[in-house]
Amino acid sequence: MPRFLNEQQHSVLSAVVDRLIPPDDDPGASDAGVPDYIDGLLGAFTYDPPHIWAGGPFSGRFGGANGFTSFHRLTATEELAWRTRIEGSLGIPERERLGPVAGLQQRYATGLEALGADFTSLTPQAQDERLREQPEFTALVYEHACEGMYGAPEYGGNRDLIGWSNIDYLGDVQPRGYSDEEVSQP
Amino acid sequence: MTRDFDAIIVGSGPGGSTVADELTRAGMSVLILERGRNRLINLDDPHELAADYSSDELKFLERHFLGPDPWLEPRTFRRNEADGDHVHIGDVNNLPATVGGGGVHADGKLPRFREDDFRVLSELGPIEGTSIADWPISYDDLEQCYADAERLIGVAGLAGANPFAAWRSGDYPMPPGAPMYGSTITAAAAERLGFHPYPGPTGCNSVPYDGRPACNNCGFCAYFGCPIHAKGDPVAVLRQALLSGRAELRPDAFVSKILLQNGLATGVEWIDASGQAHEERAARVVVAGGAMETPRLLLLSGMAHPEIGRNLMFHMQTFVMGRMPFRVHGHKGRSVTTLHDDHIIVDEAAKAAAREHGLPWVKGGLVEHCSPSHPIAEAKAYPWGIEHKELMRTSPLRDHFLGFCMQGDDMPQSVNRVDLDPSICDVRGLPVARTTYEPHRHEIVSSRYHATKLTAILAEAGAEEIFTATSPKTEGTLRTSHSPISMVPVSRHVVGTARMGNDPTTSVCDPWGRLWEAPNVMIADSSLFPTGSGYGPTLTLVALALRNARALASEA
Repeated sequence: MPRFLNEQQHSVLSAVVDRLIPPDDDPGASDAGVPDYIDGLLGAFTYDPPHIWAGGPFSGRFGGANGFTSFHRLTATEELAWRTRIEGSLGIPERERLGPVAGLQQRYATGLEALGADFTSLTPQAQDERLREQPEFTALVYEHACEGMYGAPEYGGNRDLIGWSNIDYLGDVQPRGYSDEEVSQP
Repeated sequence: MTRDFDAIIVGSGPGGSTVADELTRAGMSVLILERGRNRLINLDDPHELAADYSSDELKFLERHFLGPDPWLEPRTFRRNEADGDHVHIGDVNNLPATVGGGGVHADGKLPRFREDDFRVLSELGPIEGTSIADWPISYDDLEQCYADAERLIGVAGLAGANPFAAWRSGDYPMPPGAPMYGSTITAAAAERLGFHPYPGPTGCNSVPYDGRPACNNCGFCAYFGCPIHAKGDPVAVLRQALLSGRAELRPDAFVSKILLQNGLATGVEWIDASGQAHEERAARVVVAGGAMETPRLLLLSGMAHPEIGRNLMFHMQTFVMGRMPFRVHGHKGRSVTTLHDDHIIVDEAAKAAAREHGLPWVKGGLVEHCSPSHPIAEAKAYPWGIEHKELMRTSPLRDHFLGFCMQGDDMPQSVNRVDLDPSICDVRGLPVARTTYEPHRHEIVSSRYHATKLTAILAEAGAEEIFTATSPKTEGTLRTSHSPISMVPVSRHVVGTARMGNDPTTSVCDPWGRLWEAPNVMIADSSLFPTGSGYGPTLTLVALALRNARALASEA
């Protein structure tokens, strides 16, 4: 269920992230829910508490209860920073202390539109061409794609731990940790 | 609302917490004001530690969970005056703004300095363009406090393992933890070439200690709070202070000014989370904001000593990294477990190399044997497209990546300084700390000289495609992104902006850490250091805080 993006934007974004982190013998970014990670960031304030910082101390994947699903509350000042980052400064004076800020929501809406309504129907080569024509936006999506692929699944990406499985990585291992032998031996 | 305290302590990091513990032991009442949030300890029942930390790369490395948020509380940077007011606004060596301060994020390496580090000017002599000075105290003056600091924090290490270490009055309170696999390979190679690697002393429990569990090697150490509280710095001393019943800790309390009257502090003005200003009165003020926020506060308070903020030092970090033909799993273990000190020793060869560049000597620093551990950071370093997948699977920049980081000694220069930015303010409307910093030729020559040796060790270890990088970047076009390829140094070892000394005209603080300008204000952080050494500053600043707090308590 999208939090910020509409269906059209979501499907273009899925096509984009599959060019950035494509499926091959292993699943790619859209299989891993990366568009949902990005949508979750853009719509972080549609949750209460907002989906900015997952809780602690453990995820439950290696023992204990899952505290990651209870997100932290933000102070008013922290909310100001994250709303400015996500929604942009929108002419609000307290958000423009360091100058106007183009919010992530706006950058995604504009960036996805600039890729063209026909993006999903293009050949992979033509899609890459379009992405190279928008280097700033592509760099932004790639940063977020990496976060969504290899971050904790509680943020919406790394679905079924696909990102971590692809690279044979266990992720957070508390409270089990690693034994001294696992640390010191090959 | 006005209350009296024997002391107000600004900042709850390793320095401030240590002073709080010492003063409350002596029966004094203290108020600790911390600008950041409390994620560390239950303030109603300090026996209980918080559950907010986690092994979550997004939260800690991408989303500023420990603060400060670089948009709310930016800093600014320029290399020199020719750069104009600033060339970068944002993160400039931001140590955490949270209860526990810089101690929370560190991977807990806690080495002592060597005897020579306290008298660099006498031992090695001056270097043109620097302001190298001897410390007003010696290693011997501090040894007992070093030993006490190691016991209080809980440091795991092996006495005698490092042939270059200063003398010590006793053993470490705990044996060292398990060495990381990659480090066992680089350590063996270093030994074959005549270097002297040893298990790094770390403030991570190797056995249960002081009511906290042993570290379980989860790998989320440097830059993360410890989810099981196996890191002792500074939770151990802070908890003790709070349990005394004589310490009050207020998070979300930003000290904006030290109130001064007739050359003495009468208290502080502080701003709460809603922006409301308050005042508190105390007999003395202890400032422990770190070497950037401390001079900022002194300047915001209208203090005028011309040396405030000057002689800012970082470590000149030299990275020598290479690709191993097998996986080294740097994500298992406590970030760094092996060190060697050989490059800190200024021998005849180092002097000869220095003379070729017109310098009398060059000094390197502590070498950390290291390997990166976090996949999001790795992923962002690769290009997008089909090669991303293959690179992430083979992992040349993480799971096969091994090498060294040398924390090179940085010589003090008067022009390298912290002052108030002329136009950029934080969210409270107060001018932010501006860094003006460029390395001296000493650091650059030293880095190149020692990088050659480190490259030889890494080749001996079997690494391929070995390369060297420094932070700050020292040549080429201006780059200011906060990354290891930037001219903004990424070293979190920040020292020297309120140096202590015997001469009130050339030092900001006296040999007991008190401001010449307002003697009931004591500095309890690395701002005091006249020179930086090539070691991380934390254990030394804690030992110094212990010594100076004890003197303060005995006079009260």
